[in-house]
Amino acid sequence: MPTGIDRDEVQRLLHEERAQLVEVLPPDEYEDEHLPGAINIPLKTLDAETTGQLDASRPVIVYCYDYQ
Amino acid sequence: MSPRAAWRFESIGFSPVYDYVAGKADWGSFGLPLEGHRPSSTRVGAHARTDVPACGPHDRMPEVRERVRAAGWDTCFVTNEEGVVLGRLGRAALAGADDVLVEEAMTPGPSTVRPSFELDKAVERMRAQDLTTLPVTRSDGVLIGVIRREDAEQQALESSATA
Repeated sequence: MPTGIDRDEVQRLLHEERAQLVEVLPPDEYEDEHLPGAINIPLKTLDAETTGQLDASRPVIVYCYDYQ
Repeated sequence: MSPRAAWRFESIGFSPVYDYVAGKADWGSFGLPLEGHRPSSTRVGAHARTDVPACGPHDRMPEVRERVRAAGWDTCFVTNEEGVVLGRLGRAALAGADDVLVEEAMTPGPSTVRPSFELDKAVERMRAQDLTTLPVTRSDGVLIGVIRREDAEQQALESSATA
C-alpha cells in the first residue's frame, strides 16, 4: 500500500535511500516546473514500458501539483 | 492524481512506493527549489513584500495602529504564534480609534495565495474582489508576505511589454 509522505520525508528518502522522484502530470506542466531530479511519467502513460527506465530496487516517490 | 499513480506503480511491481500528496505546490511554497522553463518572476512569490506588518490577536489596537502607521502601511495581518494568518486589519480598522483587542477589530479568514500562484491571476483576483493587497502564505498557512496590487499591475505590464 502506498504511503503518504510530507516534504521532509521526501528529502530524507532522496538523500538517504536514493529514492526516485516521478511527476505524473502532463509533460507541459512538468516542463514548466518540477522538483529537482524528477522524471516525468504522465499518469495516462504509466505502464510497465514507461516505468522501465526506473530501478525497481529503489523506492519511488510520486507527486502531482497538490491534493487534487 | 498522485494516489492513483502510486497504486499503479505498486500494481506494476514497484515497492516501496510513496505519495507526496501535497505535491510541487507545497514544495515551492516552502521556498524549496524547482526546475523548469517557467520563470519565477511570473509568480507572486518573487514579488511578495515580506516587510508587511503583522500582529497578534491579543494585541491592542492603539499600539498596532501606531506601529503600522510608522511603518508606512495601511494594512496589517493577524497571525498566531506559528505565524499562521488568522485575519487582517484593513484601512477602516486601522483608521478607527477604538481601544479594543485586535481580534475584535480584524476581518477573519482573508483570501490567500501560494508563492507559486501566477502573478497575472493574482491581478485578476484583486481587481475582481477590489483588493489592494493579497497575502501570500505557505501551504500550512504561515504568512510569507503580501503582494500589492499596484506592484503586481506594474509587473504584469512590464512582462507583457517584453513578451
